[in-house]
Amino acid sequence: MRALQMKRILLWAMAIGLVWAVVTSVSSAADSLTMATTTSTDNTGLLDELMPEFTKDTGIDIKWTATGTGKALKLGENCDVDVLMVHAPPAEKKFVDAGFGVNRREIMYNDFVLIGPPGDPAGISGKTVAEAMMQFEKKKAVFVSRGDNSGTNKKEIGLWKAAGLEVPDRAEWYVQTGQGMLSTIRIAAERDGYTLTDRGTYIKYSADHKGNPPLKVLVEGDAVLLNQYSVIVVNPDRCKNVKADLAEKFVEWITGDRAQQQIAEFRLLGQELFHPNAK
Amino acid sequence: MSFLLEGLIKAIHLLLDMDPETYSAVWTTLQVSSGSMAASLLAGIPLGFFLGYHDFRGKRQVRIVVDTLLALPTVFVGLLVYAFLSRQGPLGSMGLLFTVPGIAIGQTILALPIVVALTATAVEGLDRQLQFTLVSLGADRLQLLTGTLWEARFAILAAALTAYGRVMTEVGISMMVGGNIKWHTRTITTAIALETGKGQFGMGIALGLILLAIAFAVNLSVSFLRKRA
Repeated sequence: MRALQMKRILLWAMAIGLVWAVVTSVSSAADSLTMATTTSTDNTGLLDELMPEFTKDTGIDIKWTATGTGKALKLGENCDVDVLMVHAPPAEKKFVDAGFGVNRREIMYNDFVLIGPPGDPAGISGKTVAEAMMQFEKKKAVFVSRGDNSGTNKKEIGLWKAAGLEVPDRAEWYVQTGQGMLSTIRIAAERDGYTLTDRGTYIKYSADHKGNPPLKVLVEGDAVLLNQYSVIVVNPDRCKNVKADLAEKFVEWITGDRAQQQIAEFRLLGQELFHPNAK
Repeated sequence: MSFLLEGLIKAIHLLLDMDPETYSAVWTTLQVSSGSMAASLLAGIPLGFFLGYHDFRGKRQVRIVVDTLLALPTVFVGLLVYAFLSRQGPLGSMGLLFTVPGIAIGQTILALPIVVALTATAVEGLDRQLQFTLVSLGADRLQLLTGTLWEARFAILAAALTAYGRVMTEVGISMMVGGNIKWHTRTITTAIALETGKGQFGMGIALGLILLAIAFAVNLSVSFLRKRA
């Protein structure tokens, strides 16, 4: 008989829990800002540091979904988010020109670097970017690409073209992962290959390896390697649901002195991951 | 390899230290799976009974369609649901994208064919004599339905558990429709995908073990309920 009672209690508990879970899930639609951003800002931990400050300063709750720049722009085009934080200036300008976004503001930058095994089988160390790309092709050195239309992938495609080369789409030494930056670096490390990464993610990767990562920076400092991050408000004239006033507040906040300083203060291994440059 | 042990230790720590991020993901997972299971059972059991009990023209074809839907890829369901829930989509004005109910809708689509197909199989497997007996005892249509389902209850329970396993562990729908938003739509599985992407393998293993622990608790409760009192 005891067991029967227990069963009843358990059944009721399950039923009540179920109803409660369903009810709370429906009622949790609070007013807040939604942002689409890139994996580099999220994976490095920058947003975890910065966004609570934004909420503290303005009282606005912000939710973000981290994808590649390509999908982030698509989410903006489909009116599914209010604001974007992305890093592919040519694609961004196209996005704004097409009327999908307004008020594009640059907020911070870092740079891309070519990393590879310390032994450097392709011999790119100290070369220019264009020379390095030609070396990969010539030596058929394993090059691991994001292959996901992200900001970094767009940059990499631009680098092949700038070197006067075809994108080696089907070459056997060219590996397209379709994954985020940290996964891609890890795959490059497993394959003893090269890859292009933003410096922020590379520093995070180094920090994960206690400052001694298996892949080293081999080419850096070239002007074409600049990596500019910007915010864009999704055009409220096209997308009626966009919370333009909140989005504008966000843009104002992140380009403001306090947030800019916090970006500069975000460090791993004592290094700055992103340099603020809002005008 | 060392991250396997690290993961086990971390899982215990996350649970005992009441880590808020982990509990948020656990709670979201429970909300989403409860919602989708409630919806798919409410709709799926009567549909499954109908499909299994009645003979009608085209039954075989319907059965083939339902069985095919058992192979629905989760990312595909995610894309379909996204297309409908996007602001540019037909249901965009409801604002369900990137919400817990949004994910639950996608998972209901995933679970429904499982519930329907396995319930239908369970009802078909019953002795036809049962239905004659029920009718001859003067059962009306509703009593016929409940009486038949009661006899098939263990098979239907198995159907529910199978659907629950699929819903709890899918990642494609949660990622595409939910967006893996921290504190809001991050489920255990999308958190595992994120941690793995970040190279935090130990954390990924820890979250996986927590998911298994929840599944174990659910199965334990169900097994207790099944036991004859």
